[in-house]
Parts: sequence; C-alpha cells; structure tokens
Amino acid sequence: MAPAPPPPPRKLPLLEPGSAFYWTSGAEGALRIQRCTACGTYQHPPFPHCAACGSEDVAPAAVSGKGRLATYTINYEPWIPGLPVPFVFGVVELAEQRELYVFTNVLAPVDQVRHGMAVAVTFEPHEDVWLPMFRPEDAPA
Amino acid sequence: MTDLPEKLTCITGAGQSEVGRPSSRTALQLTADACLQAIADAGLKVSDIDGVATYPGKSAEGGGIAPVSPAEAAAVLGIDPRWILASGEGFSHMAPIFNAITAIACGLARHVVIFRTVAQATARLASRQSTLMAGERNARIEGNNAWTVPFNALSPINTFALYAQAYFDKYGATSEQLGAIAVNSRRNAAHNPNAIYRKPLSLEDYLASRVISSPLRLFDCDSHIDGSTAIVVSHRDAASDLRNPPLHIEAMGMAMGGLWVGKFAGDFTHLAADKAGAMLWSRTDLTPGDVDCAQIYDGFSIHVWLWLEALGMVGRGEAAAFVEGGRRIAIDGELPLNTGGGQLSAGRFHGYGHIHEATVQLWGRGGGRQVQDARTCLISNGGYGYGAMLLRRD
Repeated sequence: MAPAPPPPPRKLPLLEPGSAFYWTSGAEGALRIQRCTACGTYQHPPFPHCAACGSEDVAPAAVSGKGRLATYTINYEPWIPGLPVPFVFGVVELAEQRELYVFTNVLAPVDQVRHGMAVAVTFEPHEDVWLPMFRPEDAPA
Repeated sequence: MTDLPEKLTCITGAGQSEVGRPSSRTALQLTADACLQAIADAGLKVSDIDGVATYPGKSAEGGGIAPVSPAEAAAVLGIDPRWILASGEGFSHMAPIFNAITAIACGLARHVVIFRTVAQATARLASRQSTLMAGERNARIEGNNAWTVPFNALSPINTFALYAQAYFDKYGATSEQLGAIAVNSRRNAAHNPNAIYRKPLSLEDYLASRVISSPLRLFDCDSHIDGSTAIVVSHRDAASDLRNPPLHIEAMGMAMGGLWVGKFAGDFTHLAADKAGAMLWSRTDLTPGDVDCAQIYDGFSIHVWLWLEALGMVGRGEAAAFVEGGRRIAIDGELPLNTGGGQLSAGRFHGYGHIHEATVQLWGRGGGRQVQDARTCLISNGGYGYGAMLLRRD
C-alpha cells in the first residue's frame, strides 16, 4: 500500500503557555478542552479563569471528541500558491456543552457536508502540533 | 434624555479625498486632503480644531490598514490639539467618534476632526497576501488568529461566510436574496463620482460570479482602496452659526463580542451588534419607523442583513425577504440603503464612507442618489466590534 500523501502545508499555531495543550493533545489521541474544576464548565478558547464562576482552578480535560457541525463554509479561493481547494472550514459544537465551539476543517467531500452533521475528531500531525480536525462520525477514522 | 453626551454634539463638516486603486497621493496627503476639506466644509479654520482622532491608530502590519497616526495628521495640518486619540479596540470603527463625543461633552475639546485613512490598494499591489490573516510567511501564528489560520481560514471572508451559511440554513435564505445587496449598492454607486465600481451589476451577473467561500461570492466582498474620509464633530453650542445645518447625533450605541474577540455565543445567525442596536434606541424618542435612509456596514453583504436585524429595522430572520428584489431598499423605497454604494461598490473605508454618505444625504448633496427630504439617517459600523449612530437634521 502506498504511503498516505503528506498533509497540505499550513501555518502552524505558536505553542503559547495558555493554549499549547489544545495543539498537543493529539499526541495522546484525545482532544482536551479547558474545564473549570470548581463548577464543571468547559470554555474555549482557554482563559486564566472560569468565565462562569470566576475560579482560577481551570485545567485541560479530555472530551469525547464528538460533536455536530454548527456551521461551515466551503472555501474555493486559492489564497496562497499551493493551497488545496476546495476545503471545508467549519465550527463544531462539542457534545459536552451547548455552544462549546471549536474551529476546524471538516475532512469530508464538500458535497457531503451538511449543517448539523455528526462529526468526530481526528488529528493531523505537523512538527510539534497535532491539529484537531473533524470527520463525519460514520466515516472510517 | 438631554443629558446624554451625544445630544451635546453635532457633525458640522465632512470631507473625502480622491479614492484610488491605487492613488498617486501618499496616505498623509490623502489624510490632509480629507481633513482640510471637512474643516472648510464646516466653515472652520484649522486653528479652530482642538482635537484629532482616528481609527485605529498607526499600525506596523504593513498592509495599509492604518498608515497615519493622529499625531502625524495634527502635525501636517498644523493643528495644536488639546485632545488626541486613536482607537482600534472594543466597538472598533466608531470608537474614536464616540470618544470624541464624550471628550466634547466633558469640555476637553470643542471641534474634533476624525479621519479614517487607508492605503490598502498600494499595499495590495506589492503583495496579494497583504490583506490575508497569515502574517509573516514562515512565522507561527499567535493570538486570536491561531484559532483559524492553521485551518487555512486565511481571509476574513471565511469567518463571515460561517454566519451567511448558518443564516441560509436556519431561515432558508437564498443567493438571489443576498445578491440584492450588491445589486442595490452598485445601482447607487453609479451616482457617486468617488465610488470605485460604477459599472451596472445585474442579479444575473451576481449569480454568475465565482464563489469565494460559500455561500459568499466575489460581489459579496468589499474592496481595498487608497483614500481618506474625515468629519468634524463640534459642541452643539459652537455649531449653530457655522456653514452647514448641524447634524445632531441623536443617539449612539456600541457593543462588542463575536468571533474575533474570544468565546462565541449564539448560533451564528446574529451579531453582538444586537446590543448596540438596543442601546441606540434606548437613547432616543425616535423609532425605526422614523429612519429616512440607512448606511449599513457591508464589509461583506451578509453584514447588512445581520445589522438590519440588530438595529430592529426588521425582525429576526426577516432581512432576506425584506431586501429581495431590491425595491424596498432603493433610493425611492421605504428604506433607502447604502445610497453611495456602500463598501461593496465605493470601497473599504471601514464604515467611514457610510458616515460620509450620511452627511451627503442629510445635507442634500446626493445628486442622482439623493433621498427626497432625508432628515434622519441610521449608520452602523463594524463586523467584530459594533457601533451605530442615528443622525438627525432639523
């Protein structure tokens, strides 16, 4: 079997102290989202304290990696040379909490993408970053 | 409501430089052109101006989004300011205007010139990537952009397309309905000598244009320009004997929130601009039915729908049907909209073109695009932070 094609070139996120965990969680195979230990609320992007209760006792917590596609767009414009188009840029509402959103690419044929479709996380490794991507939940991992 | 700061202030003059793609004049020259025109329009001398403000303040990003600081403008114009401000944060584009209003109401300044200068056309000639979100070519992405750019959402259109698709899905809106915004703007731009796109655009042309980021097409996007726009805001007591009838700032509203500034709340079919609309109407006895014309932010066409609903001009989910066919939003319709062509056809002044056009209408300078007997104009501004103003002429 031929090796999988290399992932497309991307601008990678800087691993910053407050958010690096999000980009490296894929090394252990699980998506992690900041959660308040005091009140249990998840929040993303991560902040130094919980916006719901004010506690500073916030920490990354593993989540199911499942959710639904809240909205999306199919980008057709090759903004930079070599950018593979079309691709799906979307917002996933994670199953753990209402309006807990993450931005991502949906790895599915563009004609099969639908509002509300069930999706699951998959990781695309680059250097020291594991980009959390999502695929249709009923598609093979 | 006479104690509200905006009731103590008025717009007394307006100016706009040439608008080029690109312009042969430098950003500083364009700034001086617009500011001097606005000051003269008000019937003031440069020495009367004691405050200078701009959005967003000089930026080192290199894409021409903010090439001139207020201090530079003051120096070039020969203004000796008591009060000076640049603001790119919070409710964004209108922040310098609202801050000037409060400065005037507090007695810190009497006549403030506020300008918006862009040199994005010149920057774009040097690099097509100048207006992308990606930054330096091989650098890692930090801050807010890190949540989107790694997924190749390289243009602001990608984030606003998320709203447009959500709106289409929730309300069953169509491209034919959204296209009414671009078609209306182009029809009005034909009567605006300073508009960059004046060739007629039909709905068929719109529907045949290429999709950039679905459901948004080429003609749903505003366009980069070189140019400068300025207004003079004055204390009410210093405005009555000037050259133009004062344009009263009847009410203002501001809010922030949404994709750019952190956590997102909602279902992507409305903006935090809702709060700016509610604030505006809480500060006036006028109602949406009193609005004679509207200059509504159109960085992308979808903003117009979301803002019309945020301002209470139509109900939630009603904007698409309201604009369909374009009759209601035409110059002689019930709500003449973006009468100078908006940003879609007149270029990206980040809302300052809308403010300028409001003065054109209220001072009866619209020529072929003049709204008959326009006495009130509603203006909204911004796609990430939100500002709105209601102007009224006696």
